[in-house]
Amino acid sequence: MMFYVILILGVIVFVGLLGFIYRVFALVNLSKTSGENYERRTGKSAAVNGLSLIIFFVVGMVAIFWYSDAVKIHYLPEASSAHGSSIDNLFWITTIVVFIAFALVNALLLSFPFIYRFKDNRKAYFYADNHKLEIVWTVVPAIVLTVLVLMGWNVWSSVTAPAPTGSLEIEVIGKQFNWMVRYAGKDGKLGRHDFRQIDDDNAIGMDFKKDFKTNADDFTASELKLPKGQNVLLKIRSRDVLHSVFLPHFRVKMDAVPGMPTSFWFMPTKTTEEMRAQLSKEGRPNAAEFDYILTCTEVCGNSHFAMKMKVSVLEKAEFDKWYAEQEPWAVKNKEYLQKKGINVGGLALNK
Amino acid sequence: MGATQTAVQHGAAHAHDEHEHHEHHETFITKYIFSEDHKTIAKQFLITGLIWAFIGGLFSILFRIQLGFPDADLTWLKPLLGEWIDKDGKMDKDFYLALVTMHGTIMVFFVLTAGLSGTFSNFLIPLQVGARDMASGFLNMLSYWFFFVSGILMFVSIFLETGPAGGGWVVYPPLSALQEAAPGSKGGMTLWLLSMAVFIVSSLLGSINYITTVINLRTAGMTFTRMPLTIWAFFITAVIGVLSFPVLFSAALLLVFDRSFGTSFFLSEIYINGQALHHVGGSALLFQHLFWFLGHPEVYIIILPSLGITSEIIATNSRKPIFGYRAMIGSILGIAFLSFIVWAHHMYMTGMNPFLGTVFMFLTLIIAVPSAVKAFNYVTTLWRGNIVFTPAMMFSIGLVSLFVGGGVTGIHLASAAIDIQLHDTYFVVAHFHLVMGASAFLGMMAGVYHWFPKMFGRMMDERMGYIHFWLTFVGVYCVFFPMHHMGMAGYPRRYYSFTQFDSLDAFADVSAFISISAMIAFGAQLLFAFNFFYSIFKGRPAPSNPWRSNTLEWTTPRFPQHGNWPGEIPHVYRWPYDYSKPNAPEDFIPQNVPYSETLESNLPYEAIFVEQEKEYEPERFGTPEAKKNS
Ligand code: HEM
Ligand SMILES: [Cu+2]
Ligand SMILES: [Cu+2]
Repeated sequence: MMFYVILILGVIVFVGLLGFIYRVFALVNLSKTSGENYERRTGKSAAVNGLSLIIFFVVGMVAIFWYSDAVKIHYLPEASSAHGSSIDNLFWITTIVVFIAFALVNALLLSFPFIYRFKDNRKAYFYADNHKLEIVWTVVPAIVLTVLVLMGWNVWSSVTAPAPTGSLEIEVIGKQFNWMVRYAGKDGKLGRHDFRQIDDDNAIGMDFKKDFKTNADDFTASELKLPKGQNVLLKIRSRDVLHSVFLPHFRVKMDAVPGMPTSFWFMPTKTTEEMRAQLSKEGRPNAAEFDYILTCTEVCGNSHFAMKMKVSVLEKAEFDKWYAEQEPWAVKNKEYLQKKGINVGGLALNK
Repeated sequence: MGATQTAVQHGAAHAHDEHEHHEHHETFITKYIFSEDHKTIAKQFLITGLIWAFIGGLFSILFRIQLGFPDADLTWLKPLLGEWIDKDGKMDKDFYLALVTMHGTIMVFFVLTAGLSGTFSNFLIPLQVGARDMASGFLNMLSYWFFFVSGILMFVSIFLETGPAGGGWVVYPPLSALQEAAPGSKGGMTLWLLSMAVFIVSSLLGSINYITTVINLRTAGMTFTRMPLTIWAFFITAVIGVLSFPVLFSAALLLVFDRSFGTSFFLSEIYINGQALHHVGGSALLFQHLFWFLGHPEVYIIILPSLGITSEIIATNSRKPIFGYRAMIGSILGIAFLSFIVWAHHMYMTGMNPFLGTVFMFLTLIIAVPSAVKAFNYVTTLWRGNIVFTPAMMFSIGLVSLFVGGGVTGIHLASAAIDIQLHDTYFVVAHFHLVMGASAFLGMMAGVYHWFPKMFGRMMDERMGYIHFWLTFVGVYCVFFPMHHMGMAGYPRRYYSFTQFDSLDAFADVSAFISISAMIAFGAQLLFAFNFFYSIFKGRPAPSNPWRSNTLEWTTPRFPQHGNWPGEIPHVYRWPYDYSKPNAPEDFIPQNVPYSETLESNLPYEAIFVEQEKEYEPERFGTPEAKKNS
């Protein structure tokens, strides 16, 4: 690959040099002739440039459609969350509306110069304003935008509404440079945490001193497992700098901010297995190895790009089974807790 | 507008004329280095800005090499980058972020704020409003030299062992506040903050001067509604700058405190490097609010001057009045006002209260309307024009195309629900480069081609200009359009590589294509550089009014001296857009031509201006009274 880069750079420099030499001579010639250059207004360059603008428009439009279709296979698949499809709908409606506007304006903008290119015997139309026209094109975009924004508002309000009761709470914690997740255990409640309790063992700072009971049954996991068809409430925080939880297939994004817990709730609608089946039906490459991911979209340092966690969506029953089997963090780390002087007497009961 | 106003200014212009008559003893230093002449200062800004554009562009090529060819052996870059290329020929990851950060900072602040406003506001405000110079030549000179110092500080930071700042051009804390969080948050960040503080001083000095000059030093007859749209744009841009830059200054100052003096404005509950820090109660979001309170107006600080330049160039070269002059002014004012109340659309996904998101979503979509109006007005100006294809005109048309192309995706991003998915992906990179990065850059180029004859008394080569335009215009679309699709596929921005994100690396070919296009577009700028510097010395001598334009700068001599006009400053009688007026012998009537001399082409409602001229400048009409006075 590098070879090509060097090749291309080389070609550019070479062509550039040739151009320079050629122009040096041309310019030396020109600088001898001075005077008015009105006659240049009608030169060949007008037709060439004007026509090129039109060609650019046509070729560009074809290229846009061709390319959009060619990479379609790499677009994100249909959303795997309940709210995701309404976001996608909005996206595509907006895209169609604005693409039409983009194409229309550019069609006029790029064809007028050729159509109305300078001719000595013509005079431009002295047309300083037209209030009706101006009102129309103020009001029409205003109406279109209002419709779009109202639709967007609708979706935004439902996505950001408080999480429904009974949502499964999962804590997602960002740190340089990986994600950590904690589940609430049997009681369904995440225990309190305190950043001063963080150390190498207790990486998410569960505060057993102040809140032994709710923390005692919490467990951590090395991947984010989600149940299909149940509302999930992600409670998001960060240990050090800003990060941002991004679940592209679920259309979920929310910053992780140190000192300010954030949250996002949604409902997964497709298990990993179902997604793989769907992808292979669509003929996408590597469908069998597909996995959902959790990644970071707020720059957080040099390995920002690698801050990824695997996500799997299981059938509810399967998920519940997995959930029940997990050993609480406190049980796994009994010695650590004892060393910290915490009475672990109650732990056996939880098991 | 008011006849009294005309009369008053008339007097003021005379008073100003007089003090210009003493002699100037100029040395090389006062003439070219510590010059107080707005034209020289403008050129200083321009050339400094171009040098920074080259550096900023080079940085983007460097990180595009990494993105386009992630597996490549970059050992051949070692002579240039030294330790930043490791022994396996890979680019250092922190250095990648530093490149991205420097690229963004340089382009936004040094090139398209200082380079653009600094050049054209300085050059054109006095020349187009009819003033001898800026209100304060001294402050103007300081403005340049503060900019210069801020550039030096930033430049020095590039050579630090820990590298320049690396947290993105938005420098969000805590990353930027914690030295232990990244090498790019060490000395480089300190210099970044210092440099920006100095830069803000420069920007404020400049803006205050622009505002004062426009308000106070217009020549007789140059009412606000006769000002060229360039001046309107520069004027309002300066107002926006004065109101928003101080907020960035305060944010930077608080960040300095957090970094060096242990305060907790933006920091809270942090555990890093095996240690819980003492900070509690700060808010990382506070910084973002402060930053974007400047940051959003900043994008208009970047784009408005370019739109002003474009208005002027499109009208001149369509040989037609700009369509909807008053609507254009109205939309500049509307944009300026609204630009202050949309900032939180950059923060939908920060955990800010979703109700705020709703409010900002509505406000943001309002601002789309005046922007759309501007685009429509440009297109209508072309309609039935008599279009001359100068390179400046090509760049202006290109600007409008890109502005529309990038503007429409703003509607996606403004809608909070859609932004959930698109925020911080390549879709955003595509959007803002089209709408402000590349389009403002094209505007700057348009301005250079158009006013080069006035700046240097010579013409640039047109054919090279066309080639430069085409490579740049097509290049920009090739670079940024495909990024939309990467964003739609979820590709996050500021990623060193995508092998982790997407094991298939599905867009590898596209990335390579983008990188190659970027190199070609960058190469085209060398052509421009050659044309520019060569033409300064060897270009064809410029006629006095090469584009047959109406504005006042073209009434100055080929090499305007200090004071701009050798005699009295011309008076202004009409708006700047009398192109192709019916019945006029020529297809343009400069602003300094009185209505009483164009009786054949005056429109019915303009008869009253002839009367006013008789009343206020009787000497021109040879009345007995006037003869007595003289
Ligand atoms: C040769 C032309 C250019 C190319 C190829 C280019 C390319 C890019 C790319 C790919 C990124 C994203 C990098 C990443 O997220 O990892 C970027 C960021 C950026 N660019 Fe450019 N760009 C160019 C010109 C400009 C111009 C003229 C501006 C002026 C506004 C600009 C402003 C920015 C800004 C503000 C960022 C964000 C930096 C950050 O994330 O902190 N760029 N550029
Ligand atoms: Cu990150
Ligand atoms: Cu904004």
